[in-house]
Amino acid sequence: MDDFILRAIVAGCGIALVAGPLGCFVVWRRMAYFGDTLSHAALLGVAAGFALGVAPMLGVILTCIAVGALLLGFQSQARVPTDTLLGILSHAALSFGLIAIGFMDTVRVDLMGYLFGDILAVTAEDIAWIYGGAIAVLAVLAIIWRPLVALTVHADLAMAEGIAANRLKIIFMLLIAVTVALAMKIVGVMLISALLIIPTAAARRFAKGPESMALGTILLGMLAVGGGLFSSVTWDLPSGPAIVVVATFLFVLSLLMGPSASQPRTS
Amino acid sequence: MTALLDLKNVGLVRSGKRILDHVDLTVGEREIVTLIGPNGAGKSSLVKVALGLENADQGKVTRRSDLRIGYLPQRFQLDSTLPMSVRHLMKLTVDATEGKLRAALEELSVGGLIDASVHHLSGGELQRVMLARAMLRGPNLLVLDEPTQNLDINGAVECYQIIQRFRDATGCGVLLVSHDLNIVMAATTRVYCLNSHVCCSGHPDAVSRDPEFLRLFGPVGASTLALYAHHHDHEHAPDGHVVHDHGHDHKHDHPHGPH
Repeated sequence: MDDFILRAIVAGCGIALVAGPLGCFVVWRRMAYFGDTLSHAALLGVAAGFALGVAPMLGVILTCIAVGALLLGFQSQARVPTDTLLGILSHAALSFGLIAIGFMDTVRVDLMGYLFGDILAVTAEDIAWIYGGAIAVLAVLAIIWRPLVALTVHADLAMAEGIAANRLKIIFMLLIAVTVALAMKIVGVMLISALLIIPTAAARRFAKGPESMALGTILLGMLAVGGGLFSSVTWDLPSGPAIVVVATFLFVLSLLMGPSASQPRTS
Repeated sequence: MTALLDLKNVGLVRSGKRILDHVDLTVGEREIVTLIGPNGAGKSSLVKVALGLENADQGKVTRRSDLRIGYLPQRFQLDSTLPMSVRHLMKLTVDATEGKLRAALEELSVGGLIDASVHHLSGGELQRVMLARAMLRGPNLLVLDEPTQNLDINGAVECYQIIQRFRDATGCGVLLVSHDLNIVMAATTRVYCLNSHVCCSGHPDAVSRDPEFLRLFGPVGASTLALYAHHHDHEHAPDGHVVHDHGHDHKHDHPHGPH
């Protein structure tokens, strides 16, 4: 196997490791659009990174944090419905990012790479970043796992029983920001939220509890990375979209295979 | 002795509408305080203010520093994307040994559901599990928002007996919300009737001997259920505002809250 494919698989699995458990919370907390908005804001972060002369990854993390803070702030105001707000911010951030990058004619910017990812160009240094970031994100997530699950089950109940909701929401937002920055190079800003959501949806029907669902999501994410890269190399497909397509196949398969007992009761 | 929970002159306004108006409410150790009132009277809002989930626009809310709350919310629906067993739900905010966990569920006659998926429970089963969960925390204040919803009359009586037993055994305070204007626990220390303001409050004992009460429930029912005689010195117009009518005889044997 060629080195660059091996690097791509290792990097992709690192992303699946962190996107799985975080994606579970994105789905449970009905924040799919939130993930989308943060990943779209990443493009603006790339531009900001170039403009300020810092690493794009740092620019992405800082921009995602800023947009996330803006969202949390607006949500507590409740003047604009959250989904409308996300719709506005998501596309505004993407458009601002595209315009800003358009001004960067002095820097050679591979726009397609940022939009749809370039996993086959991953370097050893990227892998170090991905695994370092993944371990840090997973460590924090492990610490806040239980209160975050409680907050997700019933916010009022968790708060009444002493869980600091705002602090948890901010930490969770930071974790997503870091994950977006890590995943951007692999699948690009357009497809990051797909990696958060699709493996999670596929794992739902087999899971008995939150923890087993998170593990299943990691497994399915890695399967999608492997299958996507294989088809990318075999049929010369763009790698990021290929990963997302394989993940989608896995989801459809889960619908056909999943036990009917896990059908949620409608009441 | 300091009260577990003390609300003084609390007011709450949302979207220009006055939800709570000059409300005083106290819950002490071993007390069972029942909050009754019609739909939209602000009962759940008052509970949220008491729990600190919403900030009052006026007045003062004091919670004792060692307060440990077990909360049964009025509405509970687990998101269908989140798989969870009853066992996991029970341990959501507290560590418990397997023995204590089973005992808590068995007290509510739902011990057999320990490994069931929360999504597969009936409304009544879920209600019992949620009550067991609140008790498993070992709270010194139980806050129960309509604990008998989804239970039939026998289930409701049993539920009230369990709450009373739990109070007797642990000495915790209980703040209980009921949508039922007529039935409250006989063990209730104080009843507050809320309609934005506290219409009236008092000990239900006095009214449990009321001929009207005996006629409705008989001496047997009186051991668990009590009818809170409901005499107002005013009527409420359909929009909720108070229409005073001082032309008739008052039958108050309890203090009247401020308006």
